[in-house]
Amino acid sequence: MPHVLLRHRDIPEINKLETYKTNGGFEAFKNAVTKMKPNEVTEVVKNSGLRGRGGAGFPTGMKWSFIDNKNWPHYVVANADESEPGTFKDREIMENNPFQFLEGIAIASYAVGANTAYIYLRGEFWQIAAFLDEKIAEMEAAGYLGKNLFGTDYSLKIYTHLGAGAYICGEETAMLESIEGKRGQPRVRPPFPPSYGLYGKPTIVNNVETLTNVPLILANGAEWYKSMGTADSAGVKIFSLSGRVRKPGNYELPFGTTFRELIYTYGGGVQDSRKVKAIMPAGASSSLILVDDEKILDTPMDYATVRTLGADLGSASVIVVDDTVSMDWLINKTVHFFRHESCGKCTPCREGTYWMSHLTERIHEGRASHADVDLLLNVAKQMQGKCLCALGEFSTMAVVTGIERFRQDFDKAVKSNS
Amino acid sequence: MSLAEKYPKEVKQILAKYPPEHKRSAVMPLLYLAQREEGYITKAAMQDIASMLDITETEVASIVGFYTLYHDKKEGKYRMQVCTDLPCALRGAEEFLENLCGNLGIKVGETTPDGLITLEAVMCLAACDKAPMFQTQGPDGIKYHENMTVDKTLELIEALKKSTAEAK
Repeated sequence: MPHVLLRHRDIPEINKLETYKTNGGFEAFKNAVTKMKPNEVTEVVKNSGLRGRGGAGFPTGMKWSFIDNKNWPHYVVANADESEPGTFKDREIMENNPFQFLEGIAIASYAVGANTAYIYLRGEFWQIAAFLDEKIAEMEAAGYLGKNLFGTDYSLKIYTHLGAGAYICGEETAMLESIEGKRGQPRVRPPFPPSYGLYGKPTIVNNVETLTNVPLILANGAEWYKSMGTADSAGVKIFSLSGRVRKPGNYELPFGTTFRELIYTYGGGVQDSRKVKAIMPAGASSSLILVDDEKILDTPMDYATVRTLGADLGSASVIVVDDTVSMDWLINKTVHFFRHESCGKCTPCREGTYWMSHLTERIHEGRASHADVDLLLNVAKQMQGKCLCALGEFSTMAVVTGIERFRQDFDKAVKSNS
Repeated sequence: MSLAEKYPKEVKQILAKYPPEHKRSAVMPLLYLAQREEGYITKAAMQDIASMLDITETEVASIVGFYTLYHDKKEGKYRMQVCTDLPCALRGAEEFLENLCGNLGIKVGETTPDGLITLEAVMCLAACDKAPMFQTQGPDGIKYHENMTVDKTLELIEALKKSTAEAK
């Protein structure tokens, strides 16, 4: 099957404007602006079943329909902050299939009545931002961006904005604060961005991969898109496969592909032919799926089914952990990540990640007692449901599921000392 | 010299990206500009940006402090930022960093005696399938170096040394 998102793998020069055009590029945008009403565009996306690819899986068309039409101007912000450990898919899209992403932004902007869109890239994507600036300029020169597009009164400008190294800016309200020139700390929600977003104006924030789906959905129709994937999770997804596999990388596959196919057919199996011990399907934010039974690998990857394993699919950044890894080491890693990235705004996350990191360190270094493991579990559970944004929650997932599902690793780590 | 005098074209382009009544939004790109030459942001530059955007110097300093890619101290000309986060660590990033430290004779957080390289361990850089990897942050922006070995890294450092000497 030809790729929907990673189309450069089939059409190598699709990053050139002419090549993109000869492969149907900008037709969907032109058709939308000249022949469709904005709400008709939203309706197609709604019917396609497209859900947000940043991790939350919120229905995209529904999000667009929430835009407040009593308050103007409107903005679209493309979330290119890609910072979840294990996620590296948006990068590949932007580096290789930039016009499809930009066209997706343009269509979304038209659908929600925005004349300005920003792409918020993590600061490390410095070179990608410069590359996108070039591509935006090419689109302006060719009449796909700017004033009075296709002879209508619709106008659109797209700008890049670089972050500067803060995972939290991937949280949509923190991202908006950051564009406003403030520290990237999440806002209290509600109000949500479709009513109160950038500069207090209605704003739609969508992930890069989400937006890149849009041109082809408009071109081929909602039914075409729904014919791929599962009833719960329509379409295709880029699975970022990393960890102890032979061939890590991005694999664009329909939802419903099993873990086994991803890891063994595409990823070439586990390094040194070891056994899969655990899977983190949503990066460092993930609950740890215990693979104590081979059958678990046959679970189809879609939002609903992964949940039956006590985890979330999230952004589908599948980190494979083999039986050489001890979970006390692993959670020490994830907790240090979240401690470093906590923005400090809310107390449960700021203090919780700090104290958890002391405990995970002590356990990993063999200086802990069994009571410390219980205390760690207690701290993590106390944090749950009390943090201002998802970051604090995420920091507890691997800790709680690590201790509950792999207790023997922790018993081993503390044995000498208690 | 103020940023607007030194980089008139860039400053104008940056300000044009945001609504004039929200020019505070320009603080992040202006800080990158201020950091371009010396690799860190001086107090004078913060004052300059604050007055350009009608915000306080403290507000500018709080941005510098919050985001990890802004620096307020002079360190090595290039910061070599090695990802040691979970996915990279599962693919040997920690051993790579340790070997690199041994070869350079410095610890993480230290700078080589010639002032060329400051070695840092950082969080995920979205290159988990190409570990070991690092980015260099220097006068020419940020660059990724993926699927690295210690030998390849030492070669890169030699090349940076050479280009720095030639520039002088």
